[in-house]
Amino acid sequence: MSAITRDEVAHLARLSRLALGDDELDHLAAQLDQIISAVARVQEVTADDIPPTSHALPLTNVYRADEVRPSLTPEQALAAAPAAEEQRFRVPRILDEEV
Amino acid sequence: MGELVTRTAAELGALIASGETSAAEVARAHLDRIAAVDGAVGAFLHVDAEGVLAQARAVDDRRAAGEELGPLAGVPVAHKDVFTTRDMPTTAGSKILEGWRPPYDATITRRLREAGLVILGKTNMDEFAMGSSTENSAYRTTHNPWDLARIPGGSSGGSSAAVAAYEAPLATGTDTGGSIRQPAAVTGIVGAKPTYGGSSRYGIVAFASSLDTPGPFARNVLDAALLQDAFSGHDPMDSTSIDRPKPPVVEAARRADVAGLRVGVVKEFAGDGYQPGVSARFAEAVELLESLGAKVVEVSCPNFAHALPAYYLIAPSEASSNLARFDAMRYGLRVGDDGARSAEEVMALTRAAGFGPEVKRRIMLGTYALSSGYYDAYYGKAQQVRTLITRDFERAFEQVDVLVSPTTPTTAFPIGERADDPMAMYLADLCTIPSNLTGNAALSVPCGLADEDGLPVGLQIMAPVLADDRVYRVGAAVEKALEDRWGGPLLAKAPEL
Repeated sequence: MSAITRDEVAHLARLSRLALGDDELDHLAAQLDQIISAVARVQEVTADDIPPTSHALPLTNVYRADEVRPSLTPEQALAAAPAAEEQRFRVPRILDEEV
Repeated sequence: MGELVTRTAAELGALIASGETSAAEVARAHLDRIAAVDGAVGAFLHVDAEGVLAQARAVDDRRAAGEELGPLAGVPVAHKDVFTTRDMPTTAGSKILEGWRPPYDATITRRLREAGLVILGKTNMDEFAMGSSTENSAYRTTHNPWDLARIPGGSSGGSSAAVAAYEAPLATGTDTGGSIRQPAAVTGIVGAKPTYGGSSRYGIVAFASSLDTPGPFARNVLDAALLQDAFSGHDPMDSTSIDRPKPPVVEAARRADVAGLRVGVVKEFAGDGYQPGVSARFAEAVELLESLGAKVVEVSCPNFAHALPAYYLIAPSEASSNLARFDAMRYGLRVGDDGARSAEEVMALTRAAGFGPEVKRRIMLGTYALSSGYYDAYYGKAQQVRTLITRDFERAFEQVDVLVSPTTPTTAFPIGERADDPMAMYLADLCTIPSNLTGNAALSVPCGLADEDGLPVGLQIMAPVLADDRVYRVGAAVEKALEDRWGGPLLAKAPEL
């Protein structure tokens, strides 16, 4: 039995904001199935009472001093923008037409 | 090949400081070498010869003005294209960042400049540092200087190839699962992964933030130590940077002795899947350490067997989150913005066009591992395995001062061999991944050539968090003894380019 179906892979592509074609989805589905089957081996490890580690260093709440510092000018911040207008990032419509 | 390009970084720094040569002359020699061989090697994505010479002349001017400069002032360095640079493009090997000029320098970039290092250019890499062969670069193929038909390792393969091909005496890299140590091993040079938090991540295009660690490449252990010392240390701009004194790596590299040191051989990193020539050179290196006065014992780290699957859940999970920033809105590529499509459609079209196959695989794998219903079984479990691996290291370091293993199970494989077989590619990082999961220091040093293919083999040395000096001390001792035996560095055996 496969670890992941093609429909699930198509759903993952949508969640990942990747507009993939049918060929690409077919190819990825086979590879992801193989990879997921391999990484699923972590489930064989007995670790019921083992706490998780999210990070190598036990650091919490690292703050910097609350001071005003120099920052980018609007021109610098917008210099690499795909589109800009009136000192702002210009983006495609974010609401549906009918809204 | 010009005489200057074969010098070590320490020698070049001293020659420039004494006035026997200048930073500009050294820069010119390396630019000539790049012009002569990089067409065949393909290490660089960007070289601006005029800019390089201007940097070098500025260092010469600083010295002429009486400024006190460090030991690497005027020495050229090849810079992995994952570090932001204000005056050069930064692509992370991806089409989605083609032509991007970052508005700021990474902390490591800034520190290289402050130390007077001359940045030769940006080196090729697997896209977003995902890979072990540099074949996942969207721009070009990088070739191993030992055999141009083989991979230079990855993800920092442009950096390893540049140093092994004498295009640069030093290079930077980042190591998330082995991306410095593995390329160093397969090209016959030295590469170190400092303690996580020991070198700043500020200004690195992020892959997996709890694992990404910048580190040095060089042709010898002392040069690597000098470079690590120049760019590491606490950085208030990186909240995971360690605010403690830097480990004395330069002193350790100069000390180069192992008498009385306890060395543990990781039992689990041997057997099936290890190339005979790799196992043979590793066994000899262990004997050598014993003959130099180290106390060698075998150590078992049973949970290392689970490190690879745990890594391929944790790293893609973090990547899927980090790479969400490539949304086609503020910088980078934008595709399909025809005035009719929504932001979400443009985003999905851009990401499909801008990311390569491995990046897509990992984003989707990470999205899967983090999705509701699977989180506990995959990501949660992998985090528990991370704890078990940390405990294995802690137990081991109660008995020994350092652990050793081969750096990689095989020598450099042919270009194309694993390109469409992700699981085979992932195995290249089998021995390097545990140190990323726990954050401890590790280094790869050349330990000979495999009999069956005549290609370099790396010895990996691992030490506890913030004990970076130990990996340099042991690496330098092994290097000294082996160079005495070989009558010079291993790289002298590489074919002429």
